[in-house]
Amino acid sequence: MNTIKCTTCGHENEKGTTICKKCGKPLDNDKQGTLLNMRYDGSAIRSKTRNRSIVDKIWRFFSSVKVGVILIAIALVASAIGTIYPQEMYIPSNVDPADHYREQYGITGQIYYQLGFHNLYSSWWYMILIALIGISIFIVSIDRGVPLYRALKNQPIKRHSNFLKRQKLYNEYKAYSEDDKVRLLDNLKKRRYKLTEKDGHILAEKGRFSRWGPYVNHLGLIIFLVGTLLRFIPLMYVDDFVWVREGETTVIPSTNQQFYIKNEEFILDIYGDEEEDEIFVDALQNTEAPVPKHFETRAIIYEDVSKDVIGAEPELKEVQRGEIIVNAPVEINGLSLYQNSYQLNEFQTMSFTLRDIEDDDTDIVEFTVDLTEPESDYRFDNGFHIELHRYYPEYELVDGEPTSISNYPRNPGFVFFVTPPESEESEASFLAIGQNIPSGDNQYKLHLADFTVRDVSGLKIRKDLTLPVIGLGAFIFMIGVIQGMYWQHRRIWIHPNEQSLLIAGHTNKNWYGMTKEFEKAIDGTQFTILQDQEQKKDE
Amino acid sequence: MDLLTVSNGLLYTAFIIYLIAVVLFAATIKDKQEEKKFTLLNKVAISVTILGFIAQAGYFITRWLVSGHAPVSNMFEFVTFFGMMLVLAFIILYFMYRIELLGLFALPIALLVIGYASMFPTELSPLVPSLKSHWLYIHVTTVALGEAILAVSFVAGIIYLIHQIDQKTSSAKTMWLELVMYSVFATIGFVLVTSVFSVLDYHASFSYEVNGEEAILDYHLPPLFGPADGELLTEDSMDAVMVTPGWMHGAEAPRKLNTLVWSLAVGFVLYQLTRLALRKRVAAAIQPLLKKANPELLDEVCYRAVAIGFPVFSLGGLIFAAIWAQEAWDRYWGWDPKEVWALITFFFYAIFLHLRLSRGWHGERSAWLAVVGFAIIMFNLIVVNLVLAGLHSYA
Ligand code: HEM
Repeated sequence: MNTIKCTTCGHENEKGTTICKKCGKPLDNDKQGTLLNMRYDGSAIRSKTRNRSIVDKIWRFFSSVKVGVILIAIALVASAIGTIYPQEMYIPSNVDPADHYREQYGITGQIYYQLGFHNLYSSWWYMILIALIGISIFIVSIDRGVPLYRALKNQPIKRHSNFLKRQKLYNEYKAYSEDDKVRLLDNLKKRRYKLTEKDGHILAEKGRFSRWGPYVNHLGLIIFLVGTLLRFIPLMYVDDFVWVREGETTVIPSTNQQFYIKNEEFILDIYGDEEEDEIFVDALQNTEAPVPKHFETRAIIYEDVSKDVIGAEPELKEVQRGEIIVNAPVEINGLSLYQNSYQLNEFQTMSFTLRDIEDDDTDIVEFTVDLTEPESDYRFDNGFHIELHRYYPEYELVDGEPTSISNYPRNPGFVFFVTPPESEESEASFLAIGQNIPSGDNQYKLHLADFTVRDVSGLKIRKDLTLPVIGLGAFIFMIGVIQGMYWQHRRIWIHPNEQSLLIAGHTNKNWYGMTKEFEKAIDGTQFTILQDQEQKKDE
Repeated sequence: MDLLTVSNGLLYTAFIIYLIAVVLFAATIKDKQEEKKFTLLNKVAISVTILGFIAQAGYFITRWLVSGHAPVSNMFEFVTFFGMMLVLAFIILYFMYRIELLGLFALPIALLVIGYASMFPTELSPLVPSLKSHWLYIHVTTVALGEAILAVSFVAGIIYLIHQIDQKTSSAKTMWLELVMYSVFATIGFVLVTSVFSVLDYHASFSYEVNGEEAILDYHLPPLFGPADGELLTEDSMDAVMVTPGWMHGAEAPRKLNTLVWSLAVGFVLYQLTRLALRKRVAAAIQPLLKKANPELLDEVCYRAVAIGFPVFSLGGLIFAAIWAQEAWDRYWGWDPKEVWALITFFFYAIFLHLRLSRGWHGERSAWLAVVGFAIIMFNLIVVNLVLAGLHSYA
């Protein structure tokens, strides 16, 4: 390996070193008079010294801060583009996205859609961009972290006088007493500096751990990014949804039919019902829809304890009972059930009566249709037979055709065939809310007599085993930034010369604080403050 | 007198006290004393500032007591709180660096922020269930504090730029600086027109169509821009001068555009009048007042504020936000515009730090970055809330 020999002490330094590892002499003789670059304490950095093989080149690319910053800047701009129009997940789910973006946002919306920006954050290129940033963080941390660690661990106490002279904070003292020096060292100790000595040379150091801050926070970021990748591993992540009607028991999705949930009651409170809400009266007047205050599902959770026989009836055993409230999910078998949404007053049953059109007072028959599982045949003792020929849970007329836009009985529509006793001919009629259309000259007419409603609760079923990893990453990141930002690595070198004492100071940030601290440390001595050589040069 | 009146009175008091503090800090400019000395005037100025902060804290606590939830739940409350955190951030950095000039710039900004906030509906608003979480308060208050500390970096940066940029000749730099000055005037313009027409009790309603449905749009400023195919419903009010361009969608876009144009126009008039009176660029007029400024120290504060604010912002704006989102919507991240802009802010300040640490972007460059950073924060606070409405939308 190439080395550079120090002209003063003869130490063989790795190529790329700018400050001799042994005696601390600056090795860049041509730059006398300028301040010393103290990044990584003058260590050789792999990416700055090797550029031969393809590995070197890739390494060099990813460990360049310039490249890193450009990658982050691209991610920044891309993220911003994603907020120009709503992402696909925020547009209504019953529309065709292609139409929606064109109709709502015109030609720019169409281009936005065609470029795939409506799903920008899950696009392959956005993910690659984030991955590249992750790789960059990983490589740069090794590239700089390892040499920095070595340099600080093995730093020489005794430094060449040129090293001190080329520090930002520096002064040479001729008039001082031994007492002054003792006092200064004492003061530094009181300020928690760690003092080490060699041949009268002194290094006072504190806060070295803050130098690891960037590496710790980068590590946190990497763990975090790995955590987000784990989602793509099966079983790590569940995201399901179920509607449960009041009084109904349904299987909880994603549990292999093992767990069932019963919705005992759904409760919704809105603002304005109670006296304590009076303070909001002004705000409530400005909103049209009622503002929900609280909603919850009283639920019972059962486990199916029947033996594993295919087709066997489930045998339910209660395992848990409680309220599922917004912000307070219920846990079951590693899954969380969240209160997500609700549907008020969904139709449960509808009752009809049949009358002769000539005799509008007498009910010939009366029957009830269960709107969630309607029967199709209704036979009566008096010989009448009614068939529910078509059922539209959420009826809507689309292009002249009756259709159901969902399977939820929110606006039921029916086609009934009524067959009188001993007749082969049946009469058809269509019924929906506010509509009652006979197919022709009907003899009999159906009337809506009564209905019952109930609430439906929407529950999310979630499992996210990536959370601990992500949380850990975030936690480590925070530790790292705080460690690196709220503490500083400060060093003071004291170098006895024949007739004078050289003192130099360095900190990785907050020079103002360092200057102040030194000012306090020389309190009661003849020492004067350290000169800021950068400022002096400017003047 | 009920508690809500007391609370509003305290906010009002705080506003007045901050005004007095600005005057006091302005007086320190003339201080002949050495910069490092802590004069009596300095002590009075910072004490008055702290008094104002206590008054505003009083407003915050009493309003909390009345409404039963931390008052950070609508635009008025959140922006007011941001103003309060700005004052707090200034107080913290003042005690670290003892730079009075910071107060002279930070407090007027805080005043503007609070003035801006009070243009929004100030009534107490009820909370929908997903907002009822302690994590919400923790998240929102930490974000506001983080952003406020980052804003102090902008304050230091702008002082630095006004002090350093050569005003002898007109250049791209002086132009950008004037643009920053103008944005201050535009904010004043907003506060001014909104207050004037609110005192005049101005109203104009239009009926128009949104997605095929009839809707009513109420204007509180004379409609320069009306809705397309809108019909004026209010008698003896002027009709819209122009029609809002068709590509502006979104709820109530015409009214928002109208307000924006009014603010920019009034701001422009104010700005031009000021320049006429000064006979020079606004920044050039301020420059001689900053003789005492120490650019190295300002540069350090500009960086230090980011160093202190970045962790606070990351914690509040991303981590606490994620915890709350996980609780309320069972997903820690949803790519909602507000979340994305918090991420953008995070990216931006990460860039700021890396450029400074590893590529030596100090002084002027770093100060410009601080200005852009503040613009991003303001964008997130104003544009994202009012225009790119998402889950966090307050309007
Ligand atoms: C969004 C992603 C990133 C975040 C949040 C982040 C965060 C940080 C922070 C907070 C610091 C400390 C800065 C200071 O003390 O002023 C830092 C230092 C650093 N970062 Fe990053 N970083 C990110 C990405 C990157 C990338 C992509 C690269 C590289 C190419 C990189 C390279 C560095 C380097 C070289 C340092 C200085 C280390 C030292 O002084 O020992 N970072 N980073």
